[in-house]
Amino acid sequence: MQNKDSIKNTIFIGIGLCLVCAAIISIIAVGLKEKQKNNAILDQQKKIVAAADLESFYGSVNNAFTSIEEKIIDIEAGLITNQSSEKYDLSKELRDPNRFIELSSAEDIATIKKREKFSKVFLEYRESQLNTVILPVRGYGLWGILYGYLAISNDLNTIVGLEFYDHKETPGLGAEVDNPKWKALWRGKRIYDENGKILIKVIKGKVDNSMDMSSYEVDGLSGATLTSKGVSNLLAYWLGENGFKPFLDNLKKEKING
Amino acid sequence: MAKSSDVLFSPIFKENPIALQVLGICSALAVTSKLYPTLIMCVALTATVTLSNFFISLIRNITPSNIRIIVQMTIISSLVIIVDQLLKAYDYETSKTLSVFVGLIITNCIVMGRAEAYAMQNGPYMSLLDGLGNGLGYSVILIIVASIRELIGSGQLLDKQILPLASDGGWYVSNNFFLLPPSSFIIIGLFIWFLRSWKTDQIEVSEFKMSKNAPKEIKVDHA
Repeated sequence: MQNKDSIKNTIFIGIGLCLVCAAIISIIAVGLKEKQKNNAILDQQKKIVAAADLESFYGSVNNAFTSIEEKIIDIEAGLITNQSSEKYDLSKELRDPNRFIELSSAEDIATIKKREKFSKVFLEYRESQLNTVILPVRGYGLWGILYGYLAISNDLNTIVGLEFYDHKETPGLGAEVDNPKWKALWRGKRIYDENGKILIKVIKGKVDNSMDMSSYEVDGLSGATLTSKGVSNLLAYWLGENGFKPFLDNLKKEKING
Repeated sequence: MAKSSDVLFSPIFKENPIALQVLGICSALAVTSKLYPTLIMCVALTATVTLSNFFISLIRNITPSNIRIIVQMTIISSLVIIVDQLLKAYDYETSKTLSVFVGLIITNCIVMGRAEAYAMQNGPYMSLLDGLGNGLGYSVILIIVASIRELIGSGQLLDKQILPLASDGGWYVSNNFFLLPPSSFIIIGLFIWFLRSWKTDQIEVSEFKMSKNAPKEIKVDHA
């Protein structure tokens, strides 16, 4: 065998090893791609179904999704567009200057800097009647942006659930947004008063159920004031005029007009 | 020639990579707030260090010495990418929890350290055992740390409630400090202390002595 430290051998081993490793990784990556993609989709679907509390009704996530329609809406106009929802990707939307708007600091109460022009929403129908609207929401907490889904029932003013799928909050404190007991508090809370003003918020401490406002309030997370505030802010933004309010108003009109 | 059982078992307590060599503690801090992801991390690291030792040893006689580190890195990173891909395909939830830390196995000093210190000088079979032993040594510490952190931090083990929490009407007030990374420093520190009191030959010779002018003279003589 020739000298292993010769230039020829060095180049030969270097290139050969890279080729072998690259080939093995490529085969494995391509082979597992389909499975990974399905996992990512299923993971999102699980969160959507959890936010709208549909699993008990439909039995499984896949079943629930046979009754859920994905729509791309124009946020400003509040109207459903005919764009395909299949390839929609939020991170891509936020890179295309034609498809997002920069927010001024006065508008940007959720501290998200950019808002997409088109959003993917989920509509659950029962017996061809709209039953739940599930909206993607996000906003800054303490350490980073919380991403989640907000489910609203068909009166378009009552919350069914709020579920975060990605956040960087402190374990045991802010990360308690994932606590099932806290999430259960959202159910049945109301969003707007008669004049369309947003009243829903996370308060400091416990909600006093004897008060008039209690149907608009959710207990704060103890030790996580900034996360609680962040959740209030993101709801105020996404349910407001710059968020999904036009869309919810249109759905309401549609419902009244039959 | 060392006995194969020595090569396999000595890294667990006698020459533990974390406790004695103080290598690879970065991930020991980051992933140990819950036991289940920790177990997956241990499997991932053990598989990587075992296989990387094996493959590096297999080609050690034809590896040119001036690019040997690059060769080792290529093999290690390929294995880590494969582990990461498998995890994303078969345990998506955990792979999300572990996020970048699986990828960071590439830079784990244990893997590189064993490749350079052992696999480059020994045969494939012994290198495989050495990798497995070191992986297990790493796992033992991580599992101990994670069990303590999950139990004290959230009163749970493997997501099962062991100590009923005061916030749910039980008696146990959870200690949130144990959910934060710095707590593992303290647990690992205590573990090293216990281990060195038990196996006194692991105590290192002091690097310096207090000078006589120091306000209090402390005797440092481990001989």
